[in-house]
Amino acid sequence: MSVKERDPLTGHQTTGHEWNGITELNTRVPRAVWFFIIVTHIWALVYWVLMPAWPLVNTYTRGLLGIDQQEQVEERVAAADATRGIWADQIAALPLDKIRDDTLLMAHVERTAPALFGDNCAACHGSRAKGGPGYPSLVDDAWLWGGDDETILETLRVGINSPHPDTRYAEMLAFGRDGMLDRDQIRVVADYVQSLAGLDSGASPERLEEGAALFADNCSSCHGEDGAGMQDLGAPNLTDNYWIYGGSDEALFETIYGGRQGWMPAWENRLTGAQRKLLAIYITSLADGGPQ
Amino acid sequence: MMERLTGAERQIALMICVVMATVGLVMAAAGRGDPMGSHGAIVLIAAGITTFFVLRAIGEPEPAEDRTVNYYDDPTKAGLVIALFWAVVGMGMGVWVAAQLAWPDLRFDAAWSSFGRIRPVHTSGVIFGFGGNALIATSYHVMQRTSRARLAGHVSPWFVLLGFNLFCIVAASGYLMGVTQSKEYAEPEWYADIWLVIVWVVYFVLYIRTLARRNEPHIYVANWYYMAFILVVAILHIVNNLAVPASLTGAKSYSAFAGVQDAMTQWWYGHNAVAFFLTAGFLGMLYYFLPKRAERPIYSYRLSILSFWGIVFFYIWAGSHHLHYTALPQWVQTLGMTFSVMLLVPSWASAGNALMTLNGAWHKVRDDATLRFMMVAAVFYGLSTFEGSFMAVRAVNSLSHYTDWTVGHVHAGAMGWVALITFGSIYSVVPLLWKRETMYSWKLVEWHFWLALAGTVIYVFAMWNSGIIQGLMWRTYTESGTLAYSFTDTLVAMHPYYVARACGGALFLTGAILAAYNVYMTIRHAPEKRPERDYPTSSEATEPPVPAAE
Repeated sequence: MSVKERDPLTGHQTTGHEWNGITELNTRVPRAVWFFIIVTHIWALVYWVLMPAWPLVNTYTRGLLGIDQQEQVEERVAAADATRGIWADQIAALPLDKIRDDTLLMAHVERTAPALFGDNCAACHGSRAKGGPGYPSLVDDAWLWGGDDETILETLRVGINSPHPDTRYAEMLAFGRDGMLDRDQIRVVADYVQSLAGLDSGASPERLEEGAALFADNCSSCHGEDGAGMQDLGAPNLTDNYWIYGGSDEALFETIYGGRQGWMPAWENRLTGAQRKLLAIYITSLADGGPQ
Repeated sequence: MMERLTGAERQIALMICVVMATVGLVMAAAGRGDPMGSHGAIVLIAAGITTFFVLRAIGEPEPAEDRTVNYYDDPTKAGLVIALFWAVVGMGMGVWVAAQLAWPDLRFDAAWSSFGRIRPVHTSGVIFGFGGNALIATSYHVMQRTSRARLAGHVSPWFVLLGFNLFCIVAASGYLMGVTQSKEYAEPEWYADIWLVIVWVVYFVLYIRTLARRNEPHIYVANWYYMAFILVVAILHIVNNLAVPASLTGAKSYSAFAGVQDAMTQWWYGHNAVAFFLTAGFLGMLYYFLPKRAERPIYSYRLSILSFWGIVFFYIWAGSHHLHYTALPQWVQTLGMTFSVMLLVPSWASAGNALMTLNGAWHKVRDDATLRFMMVAAVFYGLSTFEGSFMAVRAVNSLSHYTDWTVGHVHAGAMGWVALITFGSIYSVVPLLWKRETMYSWKLVEWHFWLALAGTVIYVFAMWNSGIIQGLMWRTYTESGTLAYSFTDTLVAMHPYYVARACGGALFLTGAILAAYNVYMTIRHAPEKRPERDYPTSSEATEPPVPAAE
């Protein structure tokens, strides 16, 4: 039975329906609700008139303001490029030494390079450029291909073992897997390599002598007779106790057994010449004990 | 529970089990060496377990109860218990993924435990496992009570509930094996999607048939919302999952849409999953359990009508606000943004209607944590719908998009609104269904309330901070016109908030565990009490003098 009752608390009538004890008041919609419905609808109407809004058959209503998000982006990108161009063009034109001498340009470098490094290099070399297992530290004074300005710029441009046509190429052979050395020989030569770096391998002099002979036959063509490496080949110096893949017994065994072929992307098509120069200056300043 | 089915119904159930087992066997055989094979095994096992329970009851005598004078609550009870199980699993996964973001080593180097795999287990676990089961269970309860009619069928409610959970299990196990369509909240692959369509159509038919049996002249508001939830989720699910399987013996499929159309379809689905799964369904819960618990009439029937039609009409347009400043044409973005803003008023009208209903019952809100759950849920509903409309404005979105702010917004809705209304509803319906005086411990309900509220507030504030810092750092330029911060810098800045988020989530999870314990103890140990009046009848007919025994 539909019996309307009056709610004593609010004084409003119910709708007269009841569902398992639940009733509803017939309170009118508050004026504020209508007010805000009108406000939001008027705002939407105005927005539709001004901006691209409704689809038509082959096009859409473009709006009185003539705003187009694609054009806006292009304009802003062009404007930002122009702002940066003022100093970036100079950096692109000058050699690194001249840039280092220019305090105004260096201010741009110091503002820009850390984020550039963070977004492009830190994923492998670490946010403090200290490297990690498999990735060389950039803050020590050991360089695979050389630490002078031109060499660093070239490494950044072409990468290492990258698809770039001029890429730097280096590969350590898999002496164990490919059957050039057996497991015992690998352990012997590993002990010798540790002794080159001044690490105490605990090996007897005879064993070291055997290791030296194996080293001369197998390793010296790239790493040099004294083990000091060859930067032209990207062969690391083994005497400096800086390690990319580690200097422990296990790490050395794994390196000699399975070989190594590190990889660095070529940045020529991903960063501008000016950006690569910023990074080169930044990296050399880190190696010199600069910022951070 | 199967003893309450008639002999004919038991046979139908058995036949369905046999068909399912055959399907599982075919999947397992055809999909050997593919995750589909493992899913076939899961289907087979699920069918086997169900068969066991049906067979155990097959020789029992026919049920003696008079079905016209009782509601059918067994599926509701099962659904609530399953929902609490999923709550603990889903929220536990959430705490784990949150902790992985703060401490990445917590992945433990396994493939299945990587962030990309367990994160959908968390989202599907809480949305579909916890939310979905709670919606199905409460909808069975609410539609029977507000229609004064028993469920239209006895096998189909079980089919919907168990079939839906099979979908959830196939989905979650698939994620761990790397099976995904890469569509957010629609990750399960084609065969799981087809299965859900079957389950959902049965759910729809069951709901409509029960409503058709009603002994009330009018359909109560809660049912409008449950109906919208069932109908629109079916449409969304079917359209967004249109895909061509790469082969019939493997899990992989390709979407029917490509490029920006795919993105638009996905976010039309994604946003309306929020609208019709996480909002409409739970508004159905709110509209029944809040006035019932407060013992107050709904503040305004007219406001109910206005907000219902406002919500269902405006929400469906709003999905494109997920794709601001993308390849999506600007006019589509404009429509998404303006409809999102117009949507705010009906959303707030719903929240306001709920809160105004509490006028005259605020002393109960103070004293009764169960009602307080629902009150705070309505507040969070209002907060997150305001935030949603705000974030849909393009200028705001340019800061908030892709940041943790979005994550915070979703969790204000999911924890503050969806989970709190669900827990409030569970606490009010469990004693009734199991015929207990009250919950086992009101103190635990109180503890749960404050843990859940604290967890939500910590989570949301952490993500607001994290998201806004992140968004600002992304767009900060130096005087040279270059980016001031690298991406890694933003991660360092976000780390403390990630720790806070994991802590907030852990508090919320603790609350859910208390709820599961409290419900278990209520079922087992709380003193019995028969409800005064809880049986189907026409409100206009003479009521039977004594409710029939079960």
